[in-house]
Amino acid sequence: MTTFLTRRAALFAAATCAATLGLAAIAQAQTSIKIGYAISRTGPNTGGAAVTTIPNYELWVKEVNAAGGIKLGDKRVPIEVVQYDDRSNAEEAVRALERLINQDKVDFILPPWGTGLNLAVGPTLNREGYPHLAATAVTDRAPELAKRWPNSFWLLGTSADSAKTLVELLSKLRDEKKIGDTVAMVSIADGFGIDLSSAARPALTNAKFKLAYDKSYPIGTQDLAPIINEVKALNPDVFIAFSYPPDTLALTEQSRITGFNPKIFYTGVGTAFPLYRQKFGKNTEGVMGIGGWSGDSPAIKDYLARHKASAANGAEPDRWASAVTYASLQMLQQAIERVGKIDRAAVIKDLQTGSFDTVIGKVKLENNMPTRYWWVGQWQDGEFYGIAPAKNEGARTAIVPKPAWVAP
Amino acid sequence: MTNAILTGLMLGGMYALIAMGLTLQYGVARIMNLSYGEFLIAAAFASHWLFTGWAVSPFVGLVLIVPAAFLLNFAIYKLLLTPLVRRAPNRDALEVDSILATFGLTFVIQGSMVALFGGAYYSYSFLAFPVQFLGETVAANRLAALGITILLGLALYLALTRTRAGTAVRAVAVDPFAAQLVAINVSQASALTFALGGALVAAAGVLVSTFLTFSASSGVVFTMKALIVVVMGGVGNMLGCLVAGLALGLSEALVASYVDPGLTLAVNFALFLAVLLVKPAGLFGRATR
Repeated sequence: MTTFLTRRAALFAAATCAATLGLAAIAQAQTSIKIGYAISRTGPNTGGAAVTTIPNYELWVKEVNAAGGIKLGDKRVPIEVVQYDDRSNAEEAVRALERLINQDKVDFILPPWGTGLNLAVGPTLNREGYPHLAATAVTDRAPELAKRWPNSFWLLGTSADSAKTLVELLSKLRDEKKIGDTVAMVSIADGFGIDLSSAARPALTNAKFKLAYDKSYPIGTQDLAPIINEVKALNPDVFIAFSYPPDTLALTEQSRITGFNPKIFYTGVGTAFPLYRQKFGKNTEGVMGIGGWSGDSPAIKDYLARHKASAANGAEPDRWASAVTYASLQMLQQAIERVGKIDRAAVIKDLQTGSFDTVIGKVKLENNMPTRYWWVGQWQDGEFYGIAPAKNEGARTAIVPKPAWVAP
Repeated sequence: MTNAILTGLMLGGMYALIAMGLTLQYGVARIMNLSYGEFLIAAAFASHWLFTGWAVSPFVGLVLIVPAAFLLNFAIYKLLLTPLVRRAPNRDALEVDSILATFGLTFVIQGSMVALFGGAYYSYSFLAFPVQFLGETVAANRLAALGITILLGLALYLALTRTRAGTAVRAVAVDPFAAQLVAINVSQASALTFALGGALVAAAGVLVSTFLTFSASSGVVFTMKALIVVVMGGVGNMLGCLVAGLALGLSEALVASYVDPGLTLAVNFALFLAVLLVKPAGLFGRATR
């Protein structure tokens, strides 16, 4: 087939098209807010991201756009989303972020899921001056990082604080003569488990608890029966597992099957997942775990209902970082609206100093970190309530000892 | 002690079960199937879907999913892998090609599963009650899985050693060119063996899903484990697969109970290395072909 276009004409036409597209892009700049994120859609982080992060990003964007968008000055502009898969890989996450910044020219960036990836993208977001609302990272370096990267906000706190709160709760229960002082602790040999167990170990010994069992297991261990069998033989008052979701489920299952029922049964990430209640039903009663939320607060109940209505298959949020993630998005929106224009430095300033109305209550950050967290939660009547720190609003009293396992 | 051994046997049985299909696919059809674990997870999802959506017991699920997996794997071999088999000048070249092709397949299967089920963790309770066995308390679902593994292993062993088709398959495993000389349809035997391996991994997926938590991205763990068991037992050898699986499971359980749970992986790999140092072709492998 022949064509009437010469090569030069074709080039000219292409250039004209490109120029028109460019003009269109400029003309559109103020009609939407471009928000980008790279999230783990594949790889080992997918399980966490799919429960805690992705549904909240989608819910928030849907709700904001349904309300007309984010208010900039006196008009509302809708959110436009650009997203990539970071494949649970730090280099890929950083690459995706650089693409979002340089090529897609997004106005704001939402963080990835998990401590590791949030630490990985920190320097890039800092260098480029984007606010970094890390809602799913637990790290002891949070206060130091908040100083080094003033644009970063560490909303889930430090593992030392988490371990300390748990040990305080145990000490209080021992003073009330509800438990004795033998503790068995297992932890996963990965970031989370190592951090938490090395913070809990000195805290427990300082509080004069007897650590009858203290061992770690490698990530991907497919049978935790030997651990539970050995722990059961030691008959401790308190069982603590700093575990990841698959192990959290396996340890609970094995304990139920062997009839290991200590006065305190505490498991790690995954205890607050809806999957946990779905799998164990009545047997969740009295199980403690990391995290928690104010299950009775109207804001949380409303959030739960909206989340269920929006997510695929009516999935529920987890009872810890999900609400914090959603709250971080509300904070971002309120900060942008108060600033009234796309001015990232001003938004960061507002996040540092402003106070925010969110689903987890009023939030005001100090040194880029919240002042209160839920560290220990407990399943009571089918809801995972925060029980410690006890001074938090909405804290429930712990059910101790844990009721016996029942046949499912 | 009984408890640790029993736990070890159940875990080892699971490893053997997971690896049986791969030893057929790799040992006979000479396809190094890197998407093996994904097939396992796909079967686990199918079982989960049948159980939670339609209240179909995983045992009934086996009857539905295993034949379906057989047909699917047969089709995959015919459509996707036969061109590679035709093109490959020798078996080593086929191995490399199949690694690349099945690596690509990994993403296709994983992507479809993420699209269908999302990335979240899945788990359901089936036969999750304690039973007394040899004076110890064990989970019924793990015991059932061990029982079915033994039955499957035995059936397969008999089929391979006592039937005409089984003899043909073993002949192909040893020397496909010589097998042709005695009128064995090598390509047909390979296709059937690959499909049989696919059916076995589906059975493993269904059984594993009754007691392990899984997600769309957890397939690679199973591929790795299966690969270790297959290589350790001697490629293509059923008995070797069983022995290697049990050895790994037992060592893991004994180390976790009597030494330290943190050392299970290290002991696994030490055992693997030790076997390969003494017998480079695996426990039951032939040193030369």
